[in-house]
Amino acid sequence: MFLRKSDPTLSGRRNFGMLLKRTFDANPNGRPDLYNRGVTVLDKAGKDAQKDVADRDVTKTKPAAGATLSQETLWMLAVRDHRDKQAFAHLFDHFAPRLKGLFIRNGMSAAQAEDILQDTMLSVWRKAAQFDPARAQVSGWIYQVARNRQIDIIRKEKRPIPEALKMDDTTEPDASDAVALEQETRKLRDALNSLPKDQRVVLEKAYLGELTHKDIQTETGLPLGTIKSRIRLGLERLRHEFSKTEGGA
Amino acid sequence: MTTISHHLSDDLMISYLAGTLPGPLALVVAAHLSMCDECRASFAAHEAAAGVFLEDVEQVALRAGMKSQLLAQLDAPVEPERRITAQGIYPAPLAEVLGPKGPKWRPLGFGSRQQILSEQNGASVRLLYIPAGSPVPDHGHGGLELTLVLQGAFYDETGRYGVGDLEIADDTLEHQPIAEDGVDCICVAATESALKFRDFIPRLIQPLLRI
Repeated sequence: MFLRKSDPTLSGRRNFGMLLKRTFDANPNGRPDLYNRGVTVLDKAGKDAQKDVADRDVTKTKPAAGATLSQETLWMLAVRDHRDKQAFAHLFDHFAPRLKGLFIRNGMSAAQAEDILQDTMLSVWRKAAQFDPARAQVSGWIYQVARNRQIDIIRKEKRPIPEALKMDDTTEPDASDAVALEQETRKLRDALNSLPKDQRVVLEKAYLGELTHKDIQTETGLPLGTIKSRIRLGLERLRHEFSKTEGGA
Repeated sequence: MTTISHHLSDDLMISYLAGTLPGPLALVVAAHLSMCDECRASFAAHEAAAGVFLEDVEQVALRAGMKSQLLAQLDAPVEPERRITAQGIYPAPLAEVLGPKGPKWRPLGFGSRQQILSEQNGASVRLLYIPAGSPVPDHGHGGLELTLVLQGAFYDETGRYGVGDLEIADDTLEHQPIAEDGVDCICVAATESALKFRDFIPRLIQPLLRI
């Protein structure tokens, strides 16, 4: 087995390589707080918020714009901004059985799948500061974390990842960006679900890692352009976001 | 500001996203994504699609006790993260591989230089340094070849490639890239399998150059 998951020392060392790559300030309170925006009942200083996170019900602390933010996003923001273990437990309940399903689909044994998913969820906890709901959906973000961990551990190589964008410390993050991205993603989901079954099956295989680039390339008639156009508004906004934060790179 | 006009294809983005692309090719994809806002935005859309499929994946029940075991690890101390950023012309994923000292060039003949960054099951990725105005040895491909320009520019039968541009070539393309006059050209190039040189002499020395 690749992991000795009960040993936190080893686990920390194993993660060190990945940690080197990442770029964000881990201080969860170091930038404006989308999760608490417009909510005055919570202490933004974070110190007191840390204390009562365990028994706080995240569903009652939605920001004004949160009416359309998904439950998963709210959990993720609670983890990011308040190191909320209960919210993390919810995320685990939601994603861990799916990640196990994904890894088993990809040919792993149950034991190996559990090792990697455990490592993935631990990374989600540790790298939560990098999550930006205006740029990524929780499910897509966790999918990437899972692939990073899988490749680092199983192939024993460091997965090359794009340079992380700087979080914008100076301006208030725009909650409407996050809401808009969620709406686009819902539309994308509807579009994917309304595809003819055979097309959806091929796309599912492609996105879940069961086809090579060559397979995807030679598979004709895949609505890849449609996928991008369904989320066009999101793309435009994201592009704006990216160029806004682009530094000397 | 440079304008990038040659981008990643969807099949490459998706296979990189899903982790099926060999490591040497993935390095070039990650490097291009670091330099190209347009591809980064497209990649974000593909990532959202992957998330949709993850949501719908058939769930498999976990071994009992896993969650509490994991929750118990949350407070374990973690090494602080080090921020890797672009170094000069090298975007972060390359800067990380090269380390703080930058490239260690080896001569490749006629003023060209290279550094092999990694090899894996026949796939390889290297930095190439081609003096301005010089040709890259004429070659065909045993599979996919990705070339990303980091400095200067080159052109071949398919067009001109400047900083940030990515050329995607395959078996069907026998091309003759030539570095543009002016600035020496530096690229990072990954191949799925060893290059096949057409000329006799490069073919003889190919094993020596490991190209």
